[in-house]
Amino acid sequence: MSEQLKVKTMQQFMAEGKQPEILFWVGSAGSYDDRAKKISRAFVKLLNKAHVDFAVLGTEESSTGDVAKRAGNEFLFQMQAMMNIELLNGYEIKRIVTCDPHSFNTLKNEYPSLGGNYDVVHHTQYLKELIDDGRLAISGDGYKGKRITFHDPCYLGRANSVFDAPREVLGKTSAELVEMKRHRKTALCCGAGGAQMFKEPEKGDMDINVLRTKDALETNPNIIATACPYCNTMMTDGIKAHEKEDSVTVLDVAELLANAQNL
Amino acid sequence: MEYLPNIIFAVALIVGIGFFARNVKKLSRNIKLGKDVDVSDNKSQRWKNMAKIALGQTKMVVRPIAGIMHVIVYVGFIIINIEVLEIILDGLLGTHRLFSPLGPVYNFLIGSFEILALLVIVAVVVFWIRRNIIRIQRFIKPEMKGWPKTDGNMILYIEFVLMLLFLTMNATDFQLQRIGAEHYVQAGSFPVSQFIVPLFDGLSESSLIFVERTAWWLHILGILAFLNYLYYSKHLHILLAFPNTYYGKIKPQGQFNNLESVTKEVKLMMDPDADPYAAPVEDDAAEPEKFGASDVMDLNWVQLLNAYTCTECGRCTSECPANQTGKKLSPRKIMMDTRDRLEEVGKIMDANKGEFVPDGKQLLGDYISHEELWACTTCNACVEACPVSIDPLSIIVEMRRYLVMEQSAAPTELNNMMSNIENNGAPWPYNQMDRLNWVNE
Repeated sequence: MSEQLKVKTMQQFMAEGKQPEILFWVGSAGSYDDRAKKISRAFVKLLNKAHVDFAVLGTEESSTGDVAKRAGNEFLFQMQAMMNIELLNGYEIKRIVTCDPHSFNTLKNEYPSLGGNYDVVHHTQYLKELIDDGRLAISGDGYKGKRITFHDPCYLGRANSVFDAPREVLGKTSAELVEMKRHRKTALCCGAGGAQMFKEPEKGDMDINVLRTKDALETNPNIIATACPYCNTMMTDGIKAHEKEDSVTVLDVAELLANAQNL
Repeated sequence: MEYLPNIIFAVALIVGIGFFARNVKKLSRNIKLGKDVDVSDNKSQRWKNMAKIALGQTKMVVRPIAGIMHVIVYVGFIIINIEVLEIILDGLLGTHRLFSPLGPVYNFLIGSFEILALLVIVAVVVFWIRRNIIRIQRFIKPEMKGWPKTDGNMILYIEFVLMLLFLTMNATDFQLQRIGAEHYVQAGSFPVSQFIVPLFDGLSESSLIFVERTAWWLHILGILAFLNYLYYSKHLHILLAFPNTYYGKIKPQGQFNNLESVTKEVKLMMDPDADPYAAPVEDDAAEPEKFGASDVMDLNWVQLLNAYTCTECGRCTSECPANQTGKKLSPRKIMMDTRDRLEEVGKIMDANKGEFVPDGKQLLGDYISHEELWACTTCNACVEACPVSIDPLSIIVEMRRYLVMEQSAAPTELNNMMSNIENNGAPWPYNQMDRLNWVNE
């Protein structure tokens, strides 16, 4: 489809006797979901541009078990966690970055007591770090005059108090950042959490993503920025429900940044 | 006969406090029905949380109108208690305004109590209007019908009457001081009650004394009655907010506990040296631990303390995305149901010499429906909204665990999702060997 991405697996690193700077945990959505795959690709383009020496687990990666845990299947979660921990510890992984706040939360908070201790960062935090360290330069004003509103993912914001990193990264583009009435700690869920992504909603008079998209549309945005593959899907569907898909686009922070660089 | 009032007072005090102590014992017994949970960590952070959230009311003022009004009632409640101390001592010793030798300090104190009392009356009236005239959404949700509604108003009426009695007592006292009645020492300042003195114009000294004494007695007996009303009311939060914020969650909100009983089993399954045909160890022959919660005894004691602490303000429910979109789930109802069921279990124990006899009912199904549990997005909005660190989400998750691990009663789509993870390591039915295909698409 497009130019070749440089992606190496941990197995390749091992064969070369090297350790990567970071492990990119792609996650199930980032690996299989058509929309989320684009986010993975955009993030890798940025990593390539910044010459980050990163690895992925490739076919060895398996679900973190997060969604099973939220659904109540602690058994399946811990099976997944222990398998992944065995793999990660075997590779002596120190630092993990992921585009999925759900993987981020569970790897960071719930893996340690099962024996998996890593420095886990969300991709918005990592992008900010790359920019701050001067490794990733953001240029171009493709977003001049555009209004962007950022939707806080529950498992990044409220759950782990990461509010500033995505906003600071977005601030590097030339776009105008506008906040929804409910944002940061009081941001409304997109409706996908707690395994809702994989089931029909319970009976009600409205879908949560439609309500949340309404919040976003009230800011008159050109772009709704997300930082979670599930939020992205929910907000995209919400835009369709409001019949605004012609005037408003939903993009991940990594995609916004990659586009700004014409990557 | 001279000491009769003192004796009556002492008896009232002992009965009032004794009955309250009995309720506290019952409360503590019920809370201890919960499973043990280690909350001995991070002591300094816990004290800080209590100071900030309970004492400092930081989460109340997130909503400024209700918050500031609440702070007034709360400060009034605490400060006016200094006056209650004097009243109790007067009652026991047969003195009148025992602290009056404090002079200007005393005048200042009484003056401040009066101003606070007036502010409390204003706040209580505003609260009543919000509940009954404006009918703010969160006060009229389905779970607020019946007793919860009556309870909410009852508390306001009691507070209103207590403050009115306090001011009446002061007004007549002031008038008695002015006409130089015996025993009524010249003490105190009455910035508020002086304005109601004209109501008692023309009353004889004996009538004034009668009104003053009646107000005095009703005020203190009312306080003792209110103290005993707490256990039957949502108003317990005035006491339990403190321990509850101390024991509240201090980990990141997104972090759920890992069930240790599951860890043991999973480790055994993954241990290549484990003998799959080994006879169970003596210890394991006991009833296997239940996964998740179907009744209150399966929850931990902090979750049960949470239930008693809830004052049904409904901030959780008003922030809940499921509730806002018309789903059945209301985090407040989860807490109210947990408390109601716990009370029911407690009553069964009372009737059976302290033993619980199964009554064929449980929290899951009889109080909380599957539909409510499956509507939750685990977004933590309810946890964030609670002004006293209650965690309704942890109860929801505990009950989902029971549904999934003990009953295999997850919605079909979720069962599909979970078998996909089991089979190919992703919630969708894709081949694990295709995990890296995105690179070349």
